[in-house]
Amino acid sequence: MYQLIESLRAAWINLLAHRLRSFLTTLGILIGTASVVAVVALMQGFSDSIKAQFADLGGTALTLSARNEFSNWNTGNINQLALSDIDLLRYRVEGVRHVAPVMGVSYGGRVRYKGRSASPQVMGTTADYVWVERRFPEMGRFLVEGDDQGRRRVAVIGPKLRDDLNLPRNPVGQYVQIGSEWFKIVGVMAKRGEVFGMSQDNYLIVPFDVGRALQGQNRRLMFEAHFTVADIDEIEQVKERVSRTLRHAHKIAPGKPDDFEVESADQLAKQFGQITAMATLVLGGIVGISLLVGGIGIMTVMLVSVTERTREIGILKALGATRRDILLQFLIEAGLLSLLGGLIGIVIGIVLGHGIAALIPNFPPASVPISVAVGAALFCALVGVAFGIMPASKAANLDPIEALRYE
Amino acid sequence: MIVLSSISKRYRMGEESFNALAGVDLHIARNEYVALTGPSGSGKSTLMNLLGCLDSPSSGSYVLNGRDIASLNDNELAQIRNREIGFVFQSFHLLPRLSVLSNVAQPLVYRGLPPKERERLASEALGRVGLASKLKHLPNQLSGGQRQRVAVARALVGQPSILLADEPTGNLDSRTSEEIMALFDALHAEGQTVILVTHEADIAAHAHRVIRLVDGRIESDLRQSPREAACIS
Repeated sequence: MYQLIESLRAAWINLLAHRLRSFLTTLGILIGTASVVAVVALMQGFSDSIKAQFADLGGTALTLSARNEFSNWNTGNINQLALSDIDLLRYRVEGVRHVAPVMGVSYGGRVRYKGRSASPQVMGTTADYVWVERRFPEMGRFLVEGDDQGRRRVAVIGPKLRDDLNLPRNPVGQYVQIGSEWFKIVGVMAKRGEVFGMSQDNYLIVPFDVGRALQGQNRRLMFEAHFTVADIDEIEQVKERVSRTLRHAHKIAPGKPDDFEVESADQLAKQFGQITAMATLVLGGIVGISLLVGGIGIMTVMLVSVTERTREIGILKALGATRRDILLQFLIEAGLLSLLGGLIGIVIGIVLGHGIAALIPNFPPASVPISVAVGAALFCALVGVAFGIMPASKAANLDPIEALRYE
Repeated sequence: MIVLSSISKRYRMGEESFNALAGVDLHIARNEYVALTGPSGSGKSTLMNLLGCLDSPSSGSYVLNGRDIASLNDNELAQIRNREIGFVFQSFHLLPRLSVLSNVAQPLVYRGLPPKERERLASEALGRVGLASKLKHLPNQLSGGQRQRVAVARALVGQPSILLADEPTGNLDSRTSEEIMALFDALHAEGQTVILVTHEADIAAHAHRVIRLVDGRIESDLRQSPREAACIS
């Protein structure tokens, strides 16, 4: 133990004695670590922001949609949900709380207001949507049940659409034209902001049945059902029940695949997390190769250093240093050199990551988990030790007599 | 304490090989003061390396304090060097980046002594050579004579059986040489076994026994009354 501390101290003294050389030697490690940490920081920030957005989407919300393979689209034999499925979900499955059908309305032309026009996403849904998605209006009101039953031509808009159409700050009561129909604005939703530069607030919501009428009866009615569960811990059981009920209703024979799928938002988040983790690993690995180059640099300089210090090694051996003592000292020196480079590299990498994230518009802020920083530091020390083995064993194997005679 | 019997050391240089030592028999008892002399190439350095356990003989046996050295491996030799041998070299061989105190304490590192203990023993040893005031100096801040004193302190710090000095005054002027030799004389007077390797007659004159090597053999082995022993005591 004392010997270990002593070796550390000796290594430190030697590194300090050649400050510039030590710094240049470890520069490769420094740059390598900085790049790895910067890449990981950016990827991590990216993935964190995606996770947060998925959480925003409502971690408890589930989506029931028709399931179509590529072959279904090819053959035109397309599965779709029936309106009756909504009622099944709402009244026949235990544990389901709120259900809202959501359809994307394809409408001809654009949305107009006083000579300005825009192309927002138009959705048809029902009053329960606010409870399923937990998104609420900022002004006016959301759709109510009467809107759907009375087929009222009313719309709730996102704040981006209001700005795009140059509507008044409070547009409630104004009329916009969708295709050839006029809709009265009854509410503006709260702002959600942007994801990767795409506004999440450029949309217009109409009552579900009005949406169906708007896109015409001859188009295929494609919609999803968004729903929540009463008890978050029962998500899996509820999914199971939904599946059973729908298979029965759709008369799917045992062994045949479902013609629908139920997904939860966190499931998507998990899948996305796996993708980003993989990408981080691949990118980090590629950049990590530069660490090996740094290691080779350390090995080269250590070899030179061993030659240079041949006599010193001879002295130490004459004083009773064993091969192990010498080996340990040079390994520690290489490890320490690399570790110091790594530590500086980590700091630079974090700064670099944040800097790059700040420079790219709309890129989420970088983040470095502490485990990555610690891991990077340990890995650097390991690289140093690994590449120190050759020089260290060269030093340890020196013949003391020869070494003492070396000038 | 030291028993060498028919020690040979053969070096191979390419195709040719030559005997640096050819059948050396030697007994050295505790508290002897021995000078190994001889012309260059006589094998005295080789003999010193063997005595100092830096090297093993090609044949023959070397028993130091009852242990057969020839059979030991590298690590065991290192331990013997650490505990039994104190080296003093011609060109001092101090570690340039360590303080005087750390230089002297260095052999104790390999004994696994705690730092406090090492420093205590090292400053004691430096006191014995009269350098108690230079503990924090670096070697290059000292004169040649002082450096050699540091080297002697380093050799003494582990209380070795043998103090082995290879041309200890080779790099010193005559006045400093006399100081260092006086130091050796004093250490011998305190009971230390001292072996000097030298080719200078007036250095060898300090010893009580002079062994002259020629061509890898002992030519003469004379006991003498040291020239300046009276002056020391």
